[in-house]
Amino acid sequence: MTSAAKKLLMDPFSDNNPITIQVLGICSALAVTVKVDTAIVMTLALTAVVTLSNFVISLLRNVIPSGIRMIVEMAVIATLVIIADQLLQAFLFDISKQLSVFVGLIITNCIVMGRAEAFALQNPPKDSLIDGLGNGLGYGIVLIAVASIREVLGFGSWLGFKLFPESYMGNGLALLAPGAFIILGLLIWAQRTVTKYVED
Amino acid sequence: MKFLFDFMDKNIAPLFEKGGKLERLYPLFEAGDTFTRTPAEVTPSAPHVRDSIDQKRLMVFVVYALLPCLFFGMWNAGHLFNINNNVEGATFLTDMLRGATMVLPIVMVSYMVGGVWEVLFAIVRRHEINEGFLVTGMLFPLVLPPTLPLWQVAIGISFGIIIGKEIFGGVGYNILNPALTGRAFLFFAYPAQISGDKVWIGSAKTTLDNSLLGTVAENVDGVTAATPLAVAAAAEQGSSAIQALADSGFDLWNMTVGTISGCIGSTSVIAILIGMAFLLITGIASWRVMLSGVIGVVVIGALFNALPAEKFSAFSQLPFYYHLVMGGFLFGIVFMATDPVSCAATNTGKYIYGFLIGGLTVVIRVANPAYPEGAMLAILFMNVMAPLIDHFVVQSHIKKRTAYARALNHA
Repeated sequence: MTSAAKKLLMDPFSDNNPITIQVLGICSALAVTVKVDTAIVMTLALTAVVTLSNFVISLLRNVIPSGIRMIVEMAVIATLVIIADQLLQAFLFDISKQLSVFVGLIITNCIVMGRAEAFALQNPPKDSLIDGLGNGLGYGIVLIAVASIREVLGFGSWLGFKLFPESYMGNGLALLAPGAFIILGLLIWAQRTVTKYVED
Repeated sequence: MKFLFDFMDKNIAPLFEKGGKLERLYPLFEAGDTFTRTPAEVTPSAPHVRDSIDQKRLMVFVVYALLPCLFFGMWNAGHLFNINNNVEGATFLTDMLRGATMVLPIVMVSYMVGGVWEVLFAIVRRHEINEGFLVTGMLFPLVLPPTLPLWQVAIGISFGIIIGKEIFGGVGYNILNPALTGRAFLFFAYPAQISGDKVWIGSAKTTLDNSLLGTVAENVDGVTAATPLAVAAAAEQGSSAIQALADSGFDLWNMTVGTISGCIGSTSVIAILIGMAFLLITGIASWRVMLSGVIGVVVIGALFNALPAEKFSAFSQLPFYYHLVMGGFLFGIVFMATDPVSCAATNTGKYIYGFLIGGLTVVIRVANPAYPEGAMLAILFMNVMAPLIDHFVVQSHIKKRTAYARALNHA
């Protein structure tokens, strides 16, 4: 892998993370992170959608008239999201029920639309594919981190495995959306302390 | 004494000052130094009022004002414990001692855990340790039930200090009252112990035979009964909430004196009024917030009373003055809402801020069945709104003055 491609893939993990640096996709990061398993499935779904949508839109980039590019992007993304949703309903029905509308709402996830607008329209398919993959996983790593903290604090378990004895008293705030907000804020604080990143 | 001070200034102080060996620990030295003696530095040029009071002494005064609540809370916790566990030969002294064994650990954990965070942030961020912590560390235990597990006290004060205060930059920059933030955290995280739909009376786990504290004759299970607010909220439509309260053993008298179960500091209206008088005489807390807060409860409470009884809950028909003595409202408006950092800064703003706290408290209590106690949420909500209120007060003032200046120019 060339160093440019490597940079495309690795940048979204920390230096340009879609959640902690760009603060996009917060809605789903709060909604599906009560448990780790839903967060992992959501990560896979979003990564698949953003990777493929970047790839397809990049292939079409020279034939899309700029006046209607948004509509074309939406059509591509919506198609992919519906496929992802149907696949989840077919093979992971329980988790699909827990995720409820949030798989469908990937259509409105700023990260997917943002990468299509900001990257795929200007870059060749291969780079776009890597960029989509990096951003999907960069989103996922934060999602899983938040979900891990919430599940351990709230239920005393991780991915369903009990970590603490039965007497452990779950922290109810971790299971509420405001708790997720606070945890996400603390993660951003920790990351920015380490990387010394400062908002312009 | 002079010898000691000279020794401090010459030999100890340089160690901690810039370039000294222990420079990083300066906040600790500074705190100890200014705590034990009045700082020597004064502003040299006019205009400044020279007064013997500084921030440390101001904060200590608030702690003094809280002492009646603390001592009453201690006695009350022990008193209820002894009654409910059938302790033989309980006297005022044994009530007090029993209460002290329940309440003092909570106060100590609050000060110690909170103090560690305070010092840690002071050293890492290189700011001085702020006196405000003296008050936070005392306010926090007083809004907790005496039966709260100590590990929850530790987590609560940590959350209050870090999320409520230090991430905003420390005392003076905090949007929310740190003690209430900590309580709100516990309220949502571990509602079973603190949400306030059940009373908090300690129960003896084993039969005790203790010459100092009295003898627990028989082992009694924990007491489960509803608090006044929960009783009033549960009263059936069309019935009388006063009657429901009386049936559960609550009346205006015992809710005023405070011989009922509740948070350590907030059951006794009388103890709170003593503290309030002290704060008002010394001029430390804002009378505007307190007055308008009480007016808010009276006005909104009276509005609820005016609603037709057949269509609305019995709680809405409870005379408004009951709201003043029930739950944590009075403690909140006297000690929490008047926090000089998180309350509105302008005088007009203070009236609006206080009024809305009182009004919202009643609205949350009466209209929201999920929360028996509205005072905590009302104060936190208005803490967030306080800068907005100030903004509009200042804007309207500027508008008025501009119009006046224009009128003068045209005249």
